Amino acid sequence: MVEVTLWGSLGAVAGGKSKVEIEAKDIRELFRKLAEQYPGFEPYIDRGIAVAIDGVIYRDTWSKELPQGAEIFLLPRLAGG
Amino acid sequence: MAGVAVSTTINGDNVEYLCQPDETLLDVLRDRLGLTGAKEGCGTGDCGACSIILDDRLVCSCLVLGAEAEGRRIETVEGMAHGDTLHPLQQKFLEHAALQCGICTPGFLIAAKDLLAKNPDPTEEEIRFGLAGNLCRCTGYDKIVRAVQDAANVMKGA
Amino acid sequence: MNFDPRFSGRNFTSVGTRPIRPDGVDKVTGRARYGADFNMAGQLVGRVLRSPHAHATIRKIDTSKAEKLPGVKAVITSTDLPDLTDGDSAMYDILDNCMARKKALYDGHAVAAVAAVDARTARQALKLIEVDYEVLPHVTDVDEAMKHSAPVLNDTIFTEGVEEKPTKPSNVTKRTQYGHGDVHEGFGQADFIVERSFKTEQTHQGYIEPHACVASVSSDGTADLWVCTQGHFVYRQHCAQLLGMEASKLRVTSSEIGGGFGGKTHVWAEPVALALSRKAGRPVKLVMARDEVFRASGPTSATSIDVRIGARKDGTITAAEATLRYSCGPYAGMWAELGAMTAFACYKLDNVKTVGYEVLVNRPKTAAYRAPSAPMAAFAVESAVDELAKEIGMDPVEFRIRNAAQEGTRSSYGPVYGPIGIGPTLEAAKNHPHMKAPLGKNQGRGMACGFWFNFGGQTCTDLNIGMDGSVSLAVGTVDVGGSRASLSLVAAEELGIAYEQVKAVVADTSSLGYNDMTDGSRGTFSSSMATISAARNAIKILRERAAQMWDIPVDDVVWEKGHAIAKGEKYGNLAALSLKEIAAASGKTGGPIAGHSELVADGAGVSFATHICDIEVDPETGATRVLRYTVVQDAGKAVHPTYVEGQYQGGAAQGIGWALNEEYIYGKDGRLQNPGFLDYRIPVCSDLPMIDTQILEIPNPNHPYGVRGVGETSIVPPLAAIANAVSNAAGVRMTHIPMSPPRILAAIEAERGG
Ligand code: FES
Ligand code: FES
Repeated sequence: MVEVTLWGSLGAVAGGKSKVEIEAKDIRELFRKLAEQYPGFEPYIDRGIAVAIDGVIYRDTWSKELPQGAEIFLLPRLAGG
Repeated sequence: MAGVAVSTTINGDNVEYLCQPDETLLDVLRDRLGLTGAKEGCGTGDCGACSIILDDRLVCSCLVLGAEAEGRRIETVEGMAHGDTLHPLQQKFLEHAALQCGICTPGFLIAAKDLLAKNPDPTEEEIRFGLAGNLCRCTGYDKIVRAVQDAANVMKGA
Repeated sequence: MNFDPRFSGRNFTSVGTRPIRPDGVDKVTGRARYGADFNMAGQLVGRVLRSPHAHATIRKIDTSKAEKLPGVKAVITSTDLPDLTDGDSAMYDILDNCMARKKALYDGHAVAAVAAVDARTARQALKLIEVDYEVLPHVTDVDEAMKHSAPVLNDTIFTEGVEEKPTKPSNVTKRTQYGHGDVHEGFGQADFIVERSFKTEQTHQGYIEPHACVASVSSDGTADLWVCTQGHFVYRQHCAQLLGMEASKLRVTSSEIGGGFGGKTHVWAEPVALALSRKAGRPVKLVMARDEVFRASGPTSATSIDVRIGARKDGTITAAEATLRYSCGPYAGMWAELGAMTAFACYKLDNVKTVGYEVLVNRPKTAAYRAPSAPMAAFAVESAVDELAKEIGMDPVEFRIRNAAQEGTRSSYGPVYGPIGIGPTLEAAKNHPHMKAPLGKNQGRGMACGFWFNFGGQTCTDLNIGMDGSVSLAVGTVDVGGSRASLSLVAAEELGIAYEQVKAVVADTSSLGYNDMTDGSRGTFSSSMATISAARNAIKILRERAAQMWDIPVDDVVWEKGHAIAKGEKYGNLAALSLKEIAAASGKTGGPIAGHSELVADGAGVSFATHICDIEVDPETGATRVLRYTVVQDAGKAVHPTYVEGQYQGGAAQGIGWALNEEYIYGKDGRLQNPGFLDYRIPVCSDLPMIDTQILEIPNPNHPYGVRGVGETSIVPPLAAIANAVSNAAGVRMTHIPMSPPRILAAIEAERGG
């Protein structure tokens, strides 16, 4: 079980929660389960969600494992110059 | 529109071409003669990417008509190296990494060559004002100025 | 594939040296080919007709006269680029921006295009196209656009992210919020509070090379596109989607690129060139003129920002709050959101709250510009931080050190930081001789910090070893500032051979797997990771081949310093085999030797910088002079230090231009008044001093060599550092960027008068 913190507008989709608990071993599973539990997530996942694991931002590594006890934070996918 | 026949010298070679009366020398060099070293950054004389030397004068070739080159001498970046020996400015630009994207580089090399021809021992300020007609967006000019200083030293010693 | 990206301390042989770049000679001799330097046989000249109105309904476009002009081979309007975006709103915006559909949304918006045998005919043809516009009221100012009375650009947009569901359409597309703690409570604990409002004007990336491409669509449905871009694979996807082509049938070759800085991450004219070529049945070359670049491509946001920061007497910040309004042009973006995330990222805060508003205006579509959105937010925050330090009576560097984020700090955008470099850059700045140098009359010193995320991304790399032992490295990330040199160094390092033995090229979309854009400072970070992985794969094969040549088990062969070595006493008489020797024998040991790598390079690591500058202000005219400038930034590991310095200097110079001169000026008619380098003045050589750099190397734990991205952060602190210096020199707080002479003079006079 990992605890996932959501950013503002994503929290609204999860019924106003800012944290959710999910049983997931990697980012792929996390997204899949989030979409199952909260159908409103899907468009956000399509647009791109970045995952910060202990402060390090992952934009695309869906195979990245979610270590137990790690701080997991969802952020909108960001653009650069 | 009838073309104008022009006979001129480019980097020491005699060259003849036909161009339209309203065609810029930059367009003639790039589109008719395949000399794409001079670049068009603005077409209005503001960026210096199209710099060439015309009869010992530094000009923006986007502001010169192709027809005006009749009987004159043109130097472009393609003529700076001798065979496979680079001009000291070219060599120093490489050594100092005075280019990032490099689009401004031909213009800077020509402008610097003209500057050193007129002032072989310029101060930093003279270099900065001498090259103020050339825009570079990548480097902040620091390494360009150093490359020109270094090349000036080499050329003085030669 | 098992690739371990973690940092492992090592001594470097090639990495950290400063050799000449592989593409250098072509660039100093004029041989390098940029976007406009390429031609195809039989090509036509493309030109775009642009709206002269800031906001207008397009009632009708009559192209019949233009089509009849001899020499015109194709005329297109939005009907030639039908909407195939299938509900993808971001792609639809790109399409509408390439060619206006129902409405022209800004001065310069493309409405039609022609392809003709020469430029003169194309120009004439544009004049013969008749567009019937119904001119609508417009709005170009970000604050004006938020008012209820403002003309609405898009009546299908209702503000997202607000509690009460809006009933009326609005120019505010979205509200976002970041932060933690309770700012109300935090301000209650403050002894000092500074509250200020700031504005910044819109600027352009200002790359010297205008957008240019040559497109050729064949009747069999295949196509070629030559283009200057920061990401040819992304351009391929976008163009294929907009034109209804299969991506694999469109080959995109990235030319040498004459600057991008984020502005060449979007397609603008490329789909138009392809549509023209498809209709004309001939190749089409489309090159933007400079005024088109300013009017219709990539500017950054104009902003209006309110900041409030409170601190105790001892210098601890107790609460920080900001409201950020960013212009997006006519299409929704996430620019204010990026500002809201980055604004307070340098600090350790218990109570912080930022709110961003994305605002539509009748200006060109905002594009990323180097650390997009961060410089404006940093300007507002760092100005207020300086003022607060002054009120408390603390040195501004000490004040920042006291409040700087550290490992374990919860960042203002959410996650907790790992090891970060803000503290070390501040300490280095504090101890820098620049800080102690004396100042003269009318001179002021300023400093500021900056933050940027940095990204990695999808990356694919091929490393081929020739029979002669030379190594060719094919990468898919466009080289915007010397990355081919850096990647060659990395390949040489990993293989243990000389830099000169490696030649890196940027491969086209048909030769290599997908690569993300070179954006987010990722070029060297991610492609170096892929290069290391490819080299390690090649080494595996080299060891196998050596084992074959010796006829021993491969497990007994190790790779050291460019040689295969047979390990163990029993092989005492086997001389090491060099890469060259193994390559020469490769025909008989199993054929060509290559290493391939495809990976997602993530974990780029956030980056911090601190800048110091001295400015002289002429109190009579408001004119400024930059006397001295110093950049301190963390690079993780500088692969080619000269190019790292170049990134620091270039970012600082762009920031200086933004702070002092550059701005889009719109007239009452909504038209851009200064679409040229004469009136949109970027810094020239005589405007700047030498720019000192100090590279810190705090290894990134998520890269084998410790590399971090370095390209973007350097543009974040300058606006604020210069504003602080000017404010100190002029004795009045500057709150509006650019600080052009009239603005400085007005501020000085207001201060004197008041
Ligand atoms: S192209 Fe001639 S000065 Fe810019
Ligand atoms: S190196 Fe890019 S403009 Fe000068």
